[in-house]
Amino acid sequence: MLKKRLIPVLILRDGVVVRSVSFTHTNIIHWKPATAVDFFNKWAVDEIVLLDVSRTLDQREKFYEAIEGLSKQCFVPLTAGGWVTSVDEARALLRLGADKITVNTEAVRRPAFITECATVFGSQCVVVSIDVRRATNAWKVSINRGSEATGLHPVAWAQEAQRRGAGEIFLTSIDHEGLQQGYDLALMKAVAGAVDIPVIAFGGAFAWQHLADGLATGVEAVAAANVFHYTEHSTKKAKEFLRTAGIDVR
Amino acid sequence: MIAIVDYGMGNLKSVANAFEAIGSPARLVTRPEELREAAAIVVPGVGAFGDGMRNLRARGFVEALEEEVRRKGKPYLGICLGMQFLADVSFEHGEHAGLGWIRGAVKRLEPDDRRFKVPHMGWNDLRLIRDSALFADLPGEPVFYFVHSYHVEVAPEEAGAVTATCWHGADVTAAVQKEQIFGVQFHPEKSQQVGLHLLKNFVQSARLCMRTSSVE
Repeated sequence: MLKKRLIPVLILRDGVVVRSVSFTHTNIIHWKPATAVDFFNKWAVDEIVLLDVSRTLDQREKFYEAIEGLSKQCFVPLTAGGWVTSVDEARALLRLGADKITVNTEAVRRPAFITECATVFGSQCVVVSIDVRRATNAWKVSINRGSEATGLHPVAWAQEAQRRGAGEIFLTSIDHEGLQQGYDLALMKAVAGAVDIPVIAFGGAFAWQHLADGLATGVEAVAAANVFHYTEHSTKKAKEFLRTAGIDVR
Repeated sequence: MIAIVDYGMGNLKSVANAFEAIGSPARLVTRPEELREAAAIVVPGVGAFGDGMRNLRARGFVEALEEEVRRKGKPYLGICLGMQFLADVSFEHGEHAGLGWIRGAVKRLEPDDRRFKVPHMGWNDLRLIRDSALFADLPGEPVFYFVHSYHVEVAPEEAGAVTATCWHGADVTAAVQKEQIFGVQFHPEKSQQVGLHLLKNFVQSARLCMRTSSVE
């Protein structure tokens, strides 16, 4: 049977790993992303996601170097994203060693972009990343690193992304991100129940129980960033916890 | 030298990186004549079967593989698409002839239960059903990373070639072996320690193979 997946996320700004709280990125965690990956490699993570949240493209080369460096060291699938606005840019990331790319802002602005990527690289390669902010009484999709609200509802947008060829959904609650209170479970459940493709939950996990709670919503994978940086042997301990909770993990 | 056949399909660098990591650097080859110097040949690949075979053929690799693997007996490791090429035919988007080294057809995964999604993507346990040099010293139910929508349905008369399966709503052919020809549907280069171990086993069996042929 397929295992549920545990995915550490490295958030990079100008080439260094940063800590993220509700999409505000401040503390630098490790200067070199490779340092973090060395841990992950030893402790059985299932995949790695690498996101470039830089405000400008001035230091993009450093993100490229990070992808290339990681792909040489970590023999698990590597997903890279942030600033992917063209098929050429997606190809560049894949050539550097990424196995999948995430698309976000450009996909909302121009949904055909999802299909273009899926046609060239295959759906398994195309992860649509959806950032969600809770407005007064409803969820709304945000783009442009959370700075720009759209009228899209995450469920409807996830369904459209699937129809247009997305292979997976990387679903982030901006409100929960970095607050250490667990995932937005209602959001995860709503989206996972509405699409046939795998959903990866992100934003808010800071205790192993949060990971188990996340998986109980029907998502295929749980992702986290900060927790894995601050806990020694973290991914290994997380796996042990999940296994004890009766969840089938590697 | 271990040759990785570069026929323009998918990211071959991760396979090269994996061989590098186990201390057996492999060379990406773009010309069929380079296979002559190879001790063992790896054919990776992600993408559509039809495009893949067309690229192999257009670059002259089909004849070169026949010569080096089938006639000279060099070890072959097909990964994902490289395993599917071993079959007679594929029904992915039409009907396309394969290498035909193992009787069988490449067909779409069709699990009855909707909970089993296609593509089959993620980590799954192997059921080892026959000894294979590739699996030497692996844990009893090793877990490997898969990404695919099609698999090889091996013909009944050659069922013995199937060395491992996995479960995804139906039995999926995970690995095959016929003499020194190996195929794996999963991605050892993305399967962390067990994957690297399997590649080491392939290198080891290639070494044994060389030794035998030099004795002759």
